Amino acid sequence: MAGGWPLDGTVLLKTFIVGILLGVAGAAGLLYAFPAIDQHREASVVSVAPNGGNLESFHVNVPMDRILIGSADREKALPAAVDWPADQMFQDIGVELFKIRNARDAVVGVAARTVANAGSSEVIDWVLHLPARGSIFVKMPAEEMQGGFRLGELTGGSREFALLEGSMKERWVPDTSGEEDAPQGRIELLTTFIGDEGSL
Amino acid sequence: MKYLISLSLGLLVGAVIFAAGMVYNPFLLDRGLSPLSVSESEIISLNFSGVPADAIVYTNDGNSRLKPFPEKVLQLWEPSIRQTSAMATVMRDARSRTAGIGIKFSSRSERTRLLRGEAIVDSVWYVYLPDHGSLFIEQFENYWTFLREVVLPAWRSSANNWKGTWLGDLTAGPGALGTAAVTGGTGSFDGLKMEGLESLTVTAYSIDHGPVAAEGRLLIEMPDSLDDLEGENLDD
Repeated sequence: MAGGWPLDGTVLLKTFIVGILLGVAGAAGLLYAFPAIDQHREASVVSVAPNGGNLESFHVNVPMDRILIGSADREKALPAAVDWPADQMFQDIGVELFKIRNARDAVVGVAARTVANAGSSEVIDWVLHLPARGSIFVKMPAEEMQGGFRLGELTGGSREFALLEGSMKERWVPDTSGEEDAPQGRIELLTTFIGDEGSL
Repeated sequence: MKYLISLSLGLLVGAVIFAAGMVYNPFLLDRGLSPLSVSESEIISLNFSGVPADAIVYTNDGNSRLKPFPEKVLQLWEPSIRQTSAMATVMRDARSRTAGIGIKFSSRSERTRLLRGEAIVDSVWYVYLPDHGSLFIEQFENYWTFLREVVLPAWRSSANNWKGTWLGDLTAGPGALGTAAVTGGTGSFDGLKMEGLESLTVTAYSIDHGPVAAEGRLLIEMPDSLDDLEGENLDD
């Protein structure tokens, strides 16, 4: 019995050391196995265009999806407390931030629409940010085309949009449902993207 | 029973040793000198406040440490955008003159690998400079060093805050040298492909409110072939 204590203590110490090793390995394994970030994904609603390319539709319900209306006109500003810079150079810039929805009306990202002067004409720049997928930068002339839409070209993209080229249509669709809680209308964005053959 | 307690204590100590090893791992150091700081090309420097309450608008899911500003701004609570923030802010040139507006969208990235010291955020900037045109900046940022050298010390402090001077490059890619990809949109930037870098200087940080005093900076390296950028040089 007298010799049992040191033996018992040694086993205890060995168990403790094994525990430490298992603790280090376990923590590393857990960190490796379970991702620290897991983005929620909505299934993409993509169709194939007859002449090639992928069609995908997004929209913004106005006014409920508006985050910001940045304008020198304080009456229009949203949120009401927003302090739009008084500097003269901001007088001709209009910035809007939105949540954007897919064809199933689920929010899938955020977007910025900037209207500004580019020399003699106005230009509209769109940036669409879809967290689980990437971002799109589209610039389009402010003049509407026949049919009441604007057409812009994909100028830049990130991640799954990085190697694509194509266009995006913007169209205002007023609500005609007459429902009490219906939006005033929606901004429809129809993208047509195709793989950049030069990158293959 | 005593063996089980011993094993449990060992597991706990092992986990703590692992966490400490992660935080103080000398192999996960800052990348050091920015590739754009040694560039001989023309560099555009744009500064902005790193404090959300100084922005024109800042929003996120509403439950994060950084509070949306102004208070009643629409929050990004939907599952797809819950880990995303949006900001519109005034951009200033190197002389602190107003240069334009910047919009930044940031999302926590699934490429985050804490084991490798990578706390990744996917972000894009849209910058409009009335005298020059628009820019689209695509990057992923690594906040690991910031978390380790600012947030963790603030968390450990009894007052839950940190004061000092921390300066670091956040941009970690997609460029081979850890730079951002910059695409020109309109104006004199039209059609240009450039590289960029975002850095942050923090002098005060609070666990409750996030950055209290912080300044961000975007550096854009102009292409060598561009001899004369129209209008005034932003960096002079």
